Amino acid sequence: MNSLFPSIVSRSQSSGLMNFFVPIISIVLTLITGSIIFILLGFDPVYALYTFFISPISSTYGISELFVKATPLALIAIGLSYCFKNNIYNIGAEGQLTMGAIFGGGIGILFHDTNAFWLLPLMIFAGAIGGALWGLVPAILKTKFNTNEILTSLMLVYVALFILDYLVVGPWKDPFGYSFPKSRPFSESGRMPLLFDGLRVHFGLIITLFLIFVSWFIFSKTIFGFQLKVSGYSPKAARYAGFNQTTLVFFAFAICGAFAGIAGLSEVSGPIGLLYRDISPNYGFTAIIVAFLGRLHPIGIIFASLVIALTYLGAEDAQLFLQIPSAVGFIFQGLVLFYLLGAELLINYKLTYKKLL
Amino acid sequence: MNLDLILGILQIVLIATTPLVFAGIGELVTEKSGVLNLGVEGMMLVGAVSAFIILVITGSYFLAFFVSILSGIIMSGLFAFLVLFLMSNQIATGLALTIFGIGLSSMLGKQYIGTPIDGLSPWFFVIFSFLIVFLVSYFFYKTKAGLILRAVGESHNSAHALGYSVIKIRFLSILFGGSMCALAGSYISICYAPMWQEGMTAGRGWIALALVVFATWKPERVLIGAYIFGGVTILQMNLQALGLRFPGQFFSMAPYVATIIVLVLISSNKLRIKLSAPASLTIPFYKGR
Repeated sequence: MNSLFPSIVSRSQSSGLMNFFVPIISIVLTLITGSIIFILLGFDPVYALYTFFISPISSTYGISELFVKATPLALIAIGLSYCFKNNIYNIGAEGQLTMGAIFGGGIGILFHDTNAFWLLPLMIFAGAIGGALWGLVPAILKTKFNTNEILTSLMLVYVALFILDYLVVGPWKDPFGYSFPKSRPFSESGRMPLLFDGLRVHFGLIITLFLIFVSWFIFSKTIFGFQLKVSGYSPKAARYAGFNQTTLVFFAFAICGAFAGIAGLSEVSGPIGLLYRDISPNYGFTAIIVAFLGRLHPIGIIFASLVIALTYLGAEDAQLFLQIPSAVGFIFQGLVLFYLLGAELLINYKLTYKKLL
Repeated sequence: MNLDLILGILQIVLIATTPLVFAGIGELVTEKSGVLNLGVEGMMLVGAVSAFIILVITGSYFLAFFVSILSGIIMSGLFAFLVLFLMSNQIATGLALTIFGIGLSSMLGKQYIGTPIDGLSPWFFVIFSFLIVFLVSYFFYKTKAGLILRAVGESHNSAHALGYSVIKIRFLSILFGGSMCALAGSYISICYAPMWQEGMTAGRGWIALALVVFATWKPERVLIGAYIFGGVTILQMNLQALGLRFPGQFFSMAPYVATIIVLVLISSNKLRIKLSAPASLTIPFYKGR
């Protein structure tokens, strides 16, 4: 006879099969839970789910919007995987994104009446620098003073947001903006080129795909990627092998910050075109979900970013057609992460039924 | 400056700071047991909206606070289930709780935006917030149960070897944290505001998290820290009302900067971080090794 409840036993090696299935299981469970919530609220679940997940991408414009939203999410998530692979908990990507937007956008505001080919590359570079610098703060504090990076990177998010707020209501306010808290618009050459006429999907997508490819190469073909992975699995083994943990922390934070900074810049110079308070609907935090859902793998992250981008679009449609607040998208994002984290157990542990007799 | 003005400001500071004390002391107990719950903001919002809805429907303040605290217990129970039984990553699970809570509270509260209610006098809660801090402090340093809780947070393996149930103690600590966060939320929607608005806790949950670090995980210092943070916020609003041209954003970011500085100061010294932060914070406990 077997016992009624399974007991949890550690696997000697994490299950590759489960690594693949866990994200799919969690998306399915999220959809089921979502339907139950819609039924409880008195909506026809089929119609609600259709409005949420199908109708937003049933037009060319919708698909373009999906890529617009997925671009920053995927870019930040691939940056985060440099940190997460090494068990560095950088949860301050939102701040690094904001700093990137401030640095890059600052260049855009400085040259608001210049039209030159070098402007956009300079802005992208400045954005990367801004994000990397902001990311290096917790890295320095961690390596020099042994300070926990979880809390410092989180606190720096709010510092960055207040700096942006100060700039757009203060020194960088548009002199012709009727005292709205926003900056001057960037010049035409300071904007991300659109990929197709009439659609908002922009050059940032190409940058993102390029950096994802580079990251795939680094993760799987270089010694640096190997070092990241080893020190994530076993810090002791990494020390014996002589890997320099300080360098790894610095690089991971700098790369992640730079990617988030580029994502921030590509938002303000892409769809937005100027600086203002709410440049990011929590992309920096949501990208953490994307990174987990994509299992820190470049291909996985691309798919995960599309799924999570759909929750943003679906929430907008739901607000329009079902009159439910767009924050409902956060419910789906939260749920998918809950299920994912819960189901992760299956990767590193297995459930067995003990024999009672 | 006349006395009335000073008393007036003092009153406002007391009323505005109370939710920070509740959420801070709740999170402190959770962290003392070795669990970091980043879901404070989410639990506060759900607590705020559930209290508000129940008050509008039933008109009973008691029921409103009761259901709100229940909601905090359910939300934190969900978190506890994931991190304790499924051994999920605490940081990611806490973030998921906040994201989920923001969404859930907006959805539940949608039809209640702008509904007028009779606010409740805050003074009972202001006094209660002081009381709860001293009770927690007494519990930690004068009772055996408090000692056990701290031991679990310091070294769960030793506590387990001594025969204490690590999971049970952490579970209860997380639930206490959740109920305190919900209380903080309901105080905001029923006493402080009093109204419901999407995202009305306005980042107080993150300040509460900062507060616990700022207080170096000591209950009385949560009170001191909360009043410094709360006082700065009120001071900023008053200075701006007086027409002083000082960018308020620098006041607003002060709690976060101060927390980073404190964190650096205590962690740069190996002994000091050992004396302050619970050693098992964020490390999951797995029995079958």
